[in-house]
Amino acid sequence: MEALFAVALGILSGSGVYLLLRGRTFPVVMGLTLISYAVNLFLFAMGRLQTGVATVIGQSDGYADPLPQALVLTAIVIGFAMTAFVVVLALRSVGEMHTDHVDGRESAR
Amino acid sequence: MNHGLILPVLLPMFAGCLLLCAARLSLRATRAVSLAATALLLPLSFWLMAQADQGVLQVYALGDWQPPFGIILLLDRLSALMLVVTAVLAFFALLYAVRGDDQRGRSFHALFQFQLMGINGAFLTGDLFNLFVFFEILLIASYSLLLHGGGPARVRAGLHYVVLNLVGSAFFLLAVGVLYGITGTLNMADLALRVAAADADQAPLLGAAGLLLLVVFGLKAAFLPLYFWLPKAYASASAPVAALFAIMTKIGLYSILRVYTLIFGEDAGSLANMAEDWLWPLALLTIGCGAIGALAASSLQRLLAYLMLVSVGTLLAGIALGTPPALAAALFYLIHSTWICAGLFLLADLIARQRGVKSAELVQGPELQNPYLLGGLFFIGAIAVAGLPPLSGFIGKLLLLRAVEPGLQALLLWPVLLVGGLATLIALSRAGSMLFWRVGQSQLDSAELDHGRLLACVGLLALSPLLVGMAAPLLEYVEATVSQLQELQPYRQILLPGGAR
Repeated sequence: MEALFAVALGILSGSGVYLLLRGRTFPVVMGLTLISYAVNLFLFAMGRLQTGVATVIGQSDGYADPLPQALVLTAIVIGFAMTAFVVVLALRSVGEMHTDHVDGRESAR
Repeated sequence: MNHGLILPVLLPMFAGCLLLCAARLSLRATRAVSLAATALLLPLSFWLMAQADQGVLQVYALGDWQPPFGIILLLDRLSALMLVVTAVLAFFALLYAVRGDDQRGRSFHALFQFQLMGINGAFLTGDLFNLFVFFEILLIASYSLLLHGGGPARVRAGLHYVVLNLVGSAFFLLAVGVLYGITGTLNMADLALRVAAADADQAPLLGAAGLLLLVVFGLKAAFLPLYFWLPKAYASASAPVAALFAIMTKIGLYSILRVYTLIFGEDAGSLANMAEDWLWPLALLTIGCGAIGALAASSLQRLLAYLMLVSVGTLLAGIALGTPPALAAALFYLIHSTWICAGLFLLADLIARQRGVKSAELVQGPELQNPYLLGGLFFIGAIAVAGLPPLSGFIGKLLLLRAVEPGLQALLLWPVLLVGGLATLIALSRAGSMLFWRVGQSQLDSAELDHGRLLACVGLLALSPLLVGMAAPLLEYVEATVSQLQELQPYRQILLPGGAR
């Protein structure tokens, strides 16, 4: 499970970084979203990967650490708000500057 | 338990919520509520400073959950000092904004209060994840404040600022995740204990997390490879927002100081003082880049943004030296540079208003209506920010120069700081002669000098001579702050049963 998890995180963050470095706002927003997914999953995994254990001591053989779950919930909420904000900002930037390039002007070619 | 500790967070929060809910409130009432809430922060933060100056760490356990399990707020001399700096700055920035700038977009006052809540929270919290949350609060408010007033320049600068800070937040979470995964705690004092007791095979991962945090704080503090968002963002923000943002870089510096004295400080075993090796060259290079940028700046606001960068570099050099006198000098310089840079941003706006379409571009423009008043203020502000006697910048720089011991470090710091100061001076005198002397015959009659705005600007600049007058007690305070920061035992006692009262 660890290997699969790690590969998934690697692919998510790799694609995220690639998209983040693109010149248009839409891929950049997608990249940010992918990176925040990867980060959230990573935070979640910091409570160690286990299956079939409760987050309460005494309910099952071991117990899952509930704190990373709480942290990741906070991070998801914040990340969601930030993504909404950056989408609106990207739309505003298209409206103001008539281009979806991140620098607000087409690169001279 | 002293409930006063949470008031600097609660007061702006409730004021902000009230201002959001009561959007139909008349303009006068909105301004009155916002000003009253911000003015109340002043006595509150001075009271907390007096409490902190007794030398005992004050801990506020939220919900009475004892650390390390609950989240705590922590008041020591450093956080109290930062609260005072913020409260004074915010009061004058708001005083400027209520003279009309708050009308250029919606919800200015609510956003301003939320920004204050985030800043105060970041200074008070004793928990790393909580620091992340407060960072996000102050950031999302700052995104909207930066865009306040609209226009393509702000949207363009805003987009870069937002995307960069979102990436920074992702890094912050990664670092927090690694630290939690290894140590199982996020309380800063507890983290300090666990990092000090870490095994040799855990140390590299902890070090990686620590350096990731340095990247995050570096992005906020804007030092060399991470500062490129700053000039554009600060130059395009409206004047009161730019003034308030003077504290934003200091939040990054505060976090560096907090994390790398407490968690990765003297006692952290193989990771002790790991940031200092990185910070020292970056600090000197930041001063250099800031000075070059200031010389090349095309508008007064841009010039000021680069001067902010020079001050960040100077502060960082003090932190990187790490000796008690250097840290004390850096803290003194921090107070000075925050207030004076903010005052100069307000002054730049006052000047720009009298130049019509030329704004604060450094080109020949119409004659100012009040050349002597504005010129005099510019002269005083320039002397203060360039670090010439007799104003406060001089004392800060002198203390820093005297704090470095003779040797290689002095050989590097002295020329960089002094030549940087000279470049600052050249840039400022060039800007001043362009704005006040190389003017046309005509005078614009559109813009009157607003006395409220002038008062806010003069108020901030007048703090510089005040800092000189108060230098002795203030230096005593910052020296006590530094010795408290380097004495880690009291921080650890928070974790003992009954440590958080």
